[in-house]
Amino acid sequence: MKKIDFDQLQESLYFEKMENGLDVYILPKKGFNKTFCTFTTKYGSIDNHFVPLDQTDFEKVPDGIAHFLEHKLFEKEDGDVFQQFSKQGASSNAFTSFTRTAYLFSSTSDVEKNLITLIDFVQDPYFTEKTVEKEKGIIGQEITMYDDNPDWRLYFGLIQNMYHHHPVKIDIAGTVESIADITKDMLYLCYNTFYHPSNMLLFVVGPVDAEETMSLIRNNQNKKDFKEQTEIKRKFEEEPTNVAEKKQVLKMNVQSSKCLVGIKALDVNQSGQEMLKNELTINVMFDMLFGKSSQNYFDLYNEGLIDESFYYDYTQESGFGFAMIGGDTEKPDQLADRIQQILLAAKNGESLSEEALERSKKKKVGAFLRAINSPEYIANQFTRYAFNEMELFEVVPTLEKITFEDIKREAARLIEEDRLTVCQVIPK
Amino acid sequence: MAKVNESIKDKNGYHLHVIKTEKYKTNTFVWKMKAPLTEEDVTLRALLPQVMQSSTKDYSTTTELRSYLDELYGASFYVDLAKKGEYHIISFTLEIANEKFLKDQTPLLRKGMEFLASVISNPNVEDNTFHHETVEKEKRTLRQRIQSVYDDKMRYSNARLVEEMCEGEPFSLHANGTKEKVDEITADSLYQYYQRSIAEDELDFYIIGDVEEPEVETLCNELFSFNPRTPQTVEVSRGKSDSEPKEIKENQDVKQGKLNIGYRTNITFGEEDYFPLTVFNGIFGGFSHSKLFINVREKASLAYYAASIVESHKGLLMVMSGIDNNNYDQAVKIIHEQMDAMKKGDFTEQEIEQTKAVIRNQLLETIDTARGMVEVLYHNVVSKQNITIEEWLQSVKETTKDQIVAAADKIKLDTIYFLTGTEGNQS
Repeated sequence: MKKIDFDQLQESLYFEKMENGLDVYILPKKGFNKTFCTFTTKYGSIDNHFVPLDQTDFEKVPDGIAHFLEHKLFEKEDGDVFQQFSKQGASSNAFTSFTRTAYLFSSTSDVEKNLITLIDFVQDPYFTEKTVEKEKGIIGQEITMYDDNPDWRLYFGLIQNMYHHHPVKIDIAGTVESIADITKDMLYLCYNTFYHPSNMLLFVVGPVDAEETMSLIRNNQNKKDFKEQTEIKRKFEEEPTNVAEKKQVLKMNVQSSKCLVGIKALDVNQSGQEMLKNELTINVMFDMLFGKSSQNYFDLYNEGLIDESFYYDYTQESGFGFAMIGGDTEKPDQLADRIQQILLAAKNGESLSEEALERSKKKKVGAFLRAINSPEYIANQFTRYAFNEMELFEVVPTLEKITFEDIKREAARLIEEDRLTVCQVIPK
Repeated sequence: MAKVNESIKDKNGYHLHVIKTEKYKTNTFVWKMKAPLTEEDVTLRALLPQVMQSSTKDYSTTTELRSYLDELYGASFYVDLAKKGEYHIISFTLEIANEKFLKDQTPLLRKGMEFLASVISNPNVEDNTFHHETVEKEKRTLRQRIQSVYDDKMRYSNARLVEEMCEGEPFSLHANGTKEKVDEITADSLYQYYQRSIAEDELDFYIIGDVEEPEVETLCNELFSFNPRTPQTVEVSRGKSDSEPKEIKENQDVKQGKLNIGYRTNITFGEEDYFPLTVFNGIFGGFSHSKLFINVREKASLAYYAASIVESHKGLLMVMSGIDNNNYDQAVKIIHEQMDAMKKGDFTEQEIEQTKAVIRNQLLETIDTARGMVEVLYHNVVSKQNITIEEWLQSVKETTKDQIVAAADKIKLDTIYFLTGTEGNQS
């Protein structure tokens, strides 16, 4: 077991790679009641075209299958795992993103039992035709719920505008039609390929003893047999750097209009420190351009183009990435124009200053301290970072290294007319 | 393990609550202002904190104010509104890094408190009125916020249930007020309301973090001072007990129907039946092992979510679920059956134990966050109780099946609300 100390933060992180390839991290948090654990596979909605375990040819699976699998993993021959957790005083949950499926629990007692329940249920699939059929009704309602949600439609509408081919443009849950094709055999195919320990990460954060917890996990894993796994082959079509559509307007049953401007990211084949630096630099840049202390925010608010729902965000993963800026607005077209003007002007250095950079860096350092109060944040973000070979606890030192030159260079590179797109929701 | 050291002191016009803990890398300050929920004041109270947080005498524009917060290592600062029973509560929250985790030793504790004092006591006022343009801007934002509820169908149907169910009672008012009232507000009238609110509201100040009580108390004495007051109290109205349940259907262009059912529990926080009621709710619909989840979702596959919540101070139990428009009758029937089963005591010791364990877990998790801790402790202020978290946990633990059934016996169906997408094909 390896121990990594973060003196400034007064935290220590413990790490071990199990013999079967599973990465285990433990972060003891004294004084907390809660232990939070996530067991995550590097398998999300975008992984729909791959070579299944022990096969040689690529296979394409229905949209929404990773999310469907997440739902079904909770059901066992003798009932529901939710029940098992709640008998042990824990609450459990799971989520599927573009790139990950995470199973988690939190509890303030019986942590060891809950931890074993988590590991065992994820490593013991049980799918039948009957339970697969039953789940189609439940997930159908989940999909319909999102169909009525204007923010979700706007978010996906914007991503769909950006991508020509990449499966990030497909809704994570699929459609009522696509999930109709899912069978238990397909679930096993995906499970066997992506739920191998070497493709997974376990994170424990809470008032635990690292030695004891690690040995508990080690013993559990040593009892199980897994086939040797070679690297998983995934297939993605070549994706142009320009956006697929410049604009999309969705008419919905709403009273307020919404508008998002998106930028399709450029450097999507990065990983590790390079990716961390790039992601933070671009995040700081957007904060300088659109943060609440910026002149742009003040002007847009004053002109009545934005309200408190205004936000901006930049995400980057392996193979895709995007920035989003916008929110509710009474004047969606004007807002779209103004945001694009601000961006294109920033390409030439406008709205960017050394002073704003220093302020933004300070702000991000404080935000990081606030975030690591949260066990959920630590576990989820750490895993995301690790899957991209980045180190969560390198955030502050990396932030400190960002220079004004970095910001100007990234603004000039990233912001490009043909990578900009707009999505709006307006009342019917 | 669950021990929370809450020290409460009577200060000039407010109560200071200090909770010392080494859990966090930050210190959190929550300033609460409580007054009765009334039709006359609700919109003023919704607008007031928005205007106060956008600028002060010391930081006279939003840009200046927000730049200053960024300088304080990105201190997070926001306001929110809540209804607790028939009270309307304004909260100002400031969370700021504890300087011991920083390389440079800026006195962030003091600066954070000075900033908050500036927001509360030194607003952007000239010639006895708020800055006119700021008020107009924030009016526009508030109108937008009121309107946005309509677009989130889950929130909308929940708000509509409360409106229908509590018609004529203050609780039917929305915490953000109404658009019509927003229009009537002027910089003058809002400033007059500010003065009244500062003079009359019940004020509570919570400080959570690795702080020394004498130090923060000295800072408070220096920075916060108000006139003494006797805050107004309200008798919570419990609705007519003999009326027939209402059934309301509303048509809108939605794909998924929203089914919301409201019950009167006739039990509020601090009463003997309250903790049994929370166990009741846990077995009925509070968790993923609950009857609603299992029967509406897992067995009948009718919904993605089917859950219930308790409004602690008004004494309401509310069920919410998203279902196919055609499944209304079946879903209502299943929910009624679960309620009947609860009333008849048709649940096992194991379900009780399971639920108690999860409630305990939930409460302990809530107090792991500074905000959650304040919300838990503030129940005492609203209900004029003095229940410690240990007592709370103990009461849940000791709850018996008979007590749960006794609580169930007090629960009366009040209103069924259904937001549906298609006309004519239900019931």
